[in-house]
Amino acid sequence: MTMMEYVGCGFIAFGLPAALFIVTIARDPLRVLVLMASAFFWLVSLLLSSMLWFAVVPLREKLVFGVVFSVLFQELFRFFFFLLMKKAHAGLNKLLERDTSAQPDSLTLVHNRHLLAYVSGLGFGIIGGAFSMVNVLADMSGPGTIGLKGDSSLFFIVSALATLCFVLLHTFWGIIFFDGMNRDRLNQVAAVVACHMLVSCMSLLNQLDPPVYLGSMITMYIMMIVMGVWAFIIAGGQLGKIPELLPCVHNV
Amino acid sequence: MDDDTLLYGAKHVIMLFVPVTLCMAVVVATISSVTFYTVKDAYLFYTPFHDEDASTGTMAWQSVANALILLCVIVVMTVVLILLYKYRCYKVISGWLLMSTLLLLSFFSYMYLGEVLRAYNVPMDYITLTLFMWNFGVVGIICIHWKGPLLLQQAYLVVISALMALVFIKYMPDWTTWVVLAMISIWDLIAVLCPMGPLRVLINIAQERDEPLFPALIYSSTMVWTVVEENKDADHVPVPGEEDGGFVAQDNSAEATNQRSQRREQVRQNASNTPDVRVVTPRSNQEDTAEDDESQREEAERGVKLGLGDFIFYSVLVGKASSYGDWNTTLACFVAILIACPFTLLLLAISRKALPALPVSIGVGLLFYFTTRQFVKPFMDACAVHQVFI
Repeated sequence: MTMMEYVGCGFIAFGLPAALFIVTIARDPLRVLVLMASAFFWLVSLLLSSMLWFAVVPLREKLVFGVVFSVLFQELFRFFFFLLMKKAHAGLNKLLERDTSAQPDSLTLVHNRHLLAYVSGLGFGIIGGAFSMVNVLADMSGPGTIGLKGDSSLFFIVSALATLCFVLLHTFWGIIFFDGMNRDRLNQVAAVVACHMLVSCMSLLNQLDPPVYLGSMITMYIMMIVMGVWAFIIAGGQLGKIPELLPCVHNV
Repeated sequence: MDDDTLLYGAKHVIMLFVPVTLCMAVVVATISSVTFYTVKDAYLFYTPFHDEDASTGTMAWQSVANALILLCVIVVMTVVLILLYKYRCYKVISGWLLMSTLLLLSFFSYMYLGEVLRAYNVPMDYITLTLFMWNFGVVGIICIHWKGPLLLQQAYLVVISALMALVFIKYMPDWTTWVVLAMISIWDLIAVLCPMGPLRVLINIAQERDEPLFPALIYSSTMVWTVVEENKDADHVPVPGEEDGGFVAQDNSAEATNQRSQRREQVRQNASNTPDVRVVTPRSNQEDTAEDDESQREEAERGVKLGLGDFIFYSVLVGKASSYGDWNTTLACFVAILIACPFTLLLLAISRKALPALPVSIGVGLLFYFTTRQFVKPFMDACAVHQVFI
């Protein structure tokens, strides 16, 4: 039973991100590198926010404080990563102009800036999702089971769903944020930060007793859909073209 | 530096990511499922100080003392290896390495298999076991020391490194491991970069003699053609009879060259079969930057290579981090080590000489291990328990 829960929740949380990674990232070394680098940036931001949370002893019990600053740090590091990619982008562009025989995959990464944004967003999402989920997942495999002592038995599935939601949200945020920076549309950047703050703070509802899962999850998923549609529009997606893509998704 | 290395480098970095990740995965999976490797009941002969419940001060000096002893052993072994190499005692070196590979592929593999079977409660008869071990060992020895499919050879090197890392984790006292990791990286730095550093001497001799430097002692990606070269190998030199990195030397340089050219041929063939693998040597671009043809040819000879010692110590770090049961720490170390790889390669491209691969990776890994364990873990635990997502 615990094993079933483990596998099920594991696939809910990481099935889609893993598929995205395999289909769109894994084949191109440059994308893998960008993904790893963005994951590292997220890690540094988490480290800084944890240090801050840890240092301010009186507020250690209040997660709100940690959450707010963590969101700010994450978005700050998304900005830093954007700057880094902008630098790297200029260099790569110069290089590719000279060399005509470069890998097609690497070419698209350089020429399509939304792709770069997508890869770095997914990097943030995957590492963030992994960090909030792996330990829960490890506990899930047994030997204990949850819900016997009056806690909500929905704990695991809610964690898994929220993780999935956050991975996707980070991906969309990546696209919206990078586009906003590229085209000086600061409202997009502000929207990303505000949305991140809202979703994270809504998840604070989960710690109430009993947890208000419905409130937090519905907000989360509504925001996810809104952001997804927005990112889709920004990236120049057209509904009519979706079927064309399906047989050859890898040619993103 | 020239920009080419960036683009060509990306592919090679990934070619190193895969085996390093696999090696770490084997170690972490073993550590977290087989308790045998985390239970401390025996210690290495070289780490005599291991009070279980000593005070912090005692623990500190004991770890440092243990690490120093181990380091001395490694230094002595490296020097012995270099002397043997310098005076062309190839037979001795290859015998030594053969013995240690044999030991790893037979005894340690047997022990590993036994523990895994025990952990998963799988019964197995001795006949099957003997048959399996015999085939595993013989194929391994042939692949590593003589020839075999490249993929199989790489797989064996990864397995050997993982086994070695597990042995280190199991038989080193808790804190000694961390001190050893730090000291090894510093030693690596000295050995490769100092003018009289042993590894540097080794590389120089190999270059003078125009021989590949223990071809199978290092993991090399299929691509032989590249501008970056990584030469780091023998510093974690075998401690005979006890453990060893499973390094292998080709005693006969003619044979080695032969094998290399065969392999290169193979690479070419592979490349022509699969259109997206490009075997293009960046030589033409390099020609105008390189000072002389000699060093340039040297560079073209080598692919991206990573010493087995690097594999071992990366895995030791990640495995050790996972042995405390916190997956976030493991993940953090993993990401930190992997991201340091391309950074080292970048430095390599800038400096254009052999660089130690341990210091940056292990340094970042250690930094992230301790900070994650100290700061991130409580924060993320609180978040996970209260289901707060950041």
